[in-house]
Amino acid sequence: MTALKSLMKPHRLVLMALFAALVVWCAMSLRWDWIPAYAPLALEGLWTTIWILVVTSILGFALAVPLGLAQAVGPWYLSTPARIFCTVIRGTPLLLQIWLLYYGLGSLFPQFPWIRSSELWPYLRQAWPYAVLALTLSYAGYEGEVMRGAFSGVAKGQLEAAKAYGMPRLTMFRRIWLPQAVRNVLPTLGGETILQLKATPLVATITVLDIYAVSSRVRSDTFIVYEPLLLLALVYMAIAGVITLAFKRFEDRVPQRR
Amino acid sequence: MTGLLDLFGLAESAQLLSLSPPGWGGNLLRGLANSLQIALGAFGMGLIIGLFGAYGKLYGGPILRDLLAIYTTVIRAVPELVLILILYYVGTNLINKVAGSFGYGRVEISGIVAGIWVLGIVQGAYATEVLRGAIKAVPPGQIEAARSYGMPPFMTMRRVTIPAMMSFATPGLANLWLIATKDTALLAIVGFAELTLETRQAASSTRAYFTFFLAAGALYLMVTLCSGVIFGWIERWARRGQPSLREGRQ
Repeated sequence: MTALKSLMKPHRLVLMALFAALVVWCAMSLRWDWIPAYAPLALEGLWTTIWILVVTSILGFALAVPLGLAQAVGPWYLSTPARIFCTVIRGTPLLLQIWLLYYGLGSLFPQFPWIRSSELWPYLRQAWPYAVLALTLSYAGYEGEVMRGAFSGVAKGQLEAAKAYGMPRLTMFRRIWLPQAVRNVLPTLGGETILQLKATPLVATITVLDIYAVSSRVRSDTFIVYEPLLLLALVYMAIAGVITLAFKRFEDRVPQRR
Repeated sequence: MTGLLDLFGLAESAQLLSLSPPGWGGNLLRGLANSLQIALGAFGMGLIIGLFGAYGKLYGGPILRDLLAIYTTVIRAVPELVLILILYYVGTNLINKVAGSFGYGRVEISGIVAGIWVLGIVQGAYATEVLRGAIKAVPPGQIEAARSYGMPPFMTMRRVTIPAMMSFATPGLANLWLIATKDTALLAIVGFAELTLETRQAASSTRAYFTFFLAAGALYLMVTLCSGVIFGWIERWARRGQPSLREGRQ
């Protein structure tokens, strides 16, 4: 109700009218006749974008937990490699990492006959495994730093209490340490997942057909420049909105005492 | 030195990376220089946009505030790659239209200028948020004191707000600078001769992918690590006179 009221201020109404006029002008005067022909391909691309985002975020997070733990409380022979990994991933552009894996490993593998004859070869010949690997490592690198702070931020008394009750270490980690750490950084994780969404179009540069690749194909096929890009920006904003809402629901479910 | 390289089987890589023409080291360094130039320009432009944006968001009228909110939200929700393409085409189109209306022919836009303009607008949105938070963290009493002495707004900004907010803004700005250096890699897709594109060209013409991509990665990493040190100095300078956090906590 209050949200509706705050939208009803005069200057916002004028702005919204201007925006609606802009949308109508876009719909009338720009070219949209290519949409029916490319709609099936676009849906396929959208699906690729979404599954790559979901799979790499989950795998990356699974990798970030040990990375964060090693940095927060691990002995030096675990924490140093973890820190180096995070620094290298965060210090180099993702595009370079993707190209290093795809062109580098991709040019190395065919030289080994045992790889070519292995059962993995049909997958290794395609581009998407390299895309998934690169994005997973990147997410893990950034999240490893976040989880380091999260793990060391959990109040010590909670862990001591669990220990005093005789909880085994694994149970303690699963029931107390991890949930506390995750709930403290949920807003950060939401932001990082949106950053991951914004990293997905880079996989189009190694011939993975995601939604970005579809728009550039429309551009090169029909020489229509702005329309596919505008629609693409809208699609990404919509996905980012969905991610924000999903994380907000998570956050609301977490009991807060502030 | 050469013996050591032979020992590790790196003689070929060293030859490929040498600075004189058969090697591609010179190209990589030229690409790095271009990348740094674009990153510096974009960072500077982002700072200017960010400063005005932050002041607009904090002290501007309702319309300006809403427009700035749309700017920062949209820019931060759309992938940089898509923004780069949109802004690049819009920019070249606009310049050509203006040139056409003055009777000139098509204008060739230098890659560096286009890169700075495109990345600068992206950086501006992030800088707006960083600087807004930093300005809000300045104790309002200090700004009120300046006002009560009759300081004009710009002098207040120069003498009080900016120096006082520096210590809050430097970590965010350091992050932004790192994003700027890494975002220059995206310009490779539009075809600017910066480090990543030079690397790819060198790699695909010599087929030594690992050598060149690892070398480029090392260059980027070097920039990152050096920036970390420099921003550490800046932060210490910005915090001078403030009680250190560690002392304050005890």
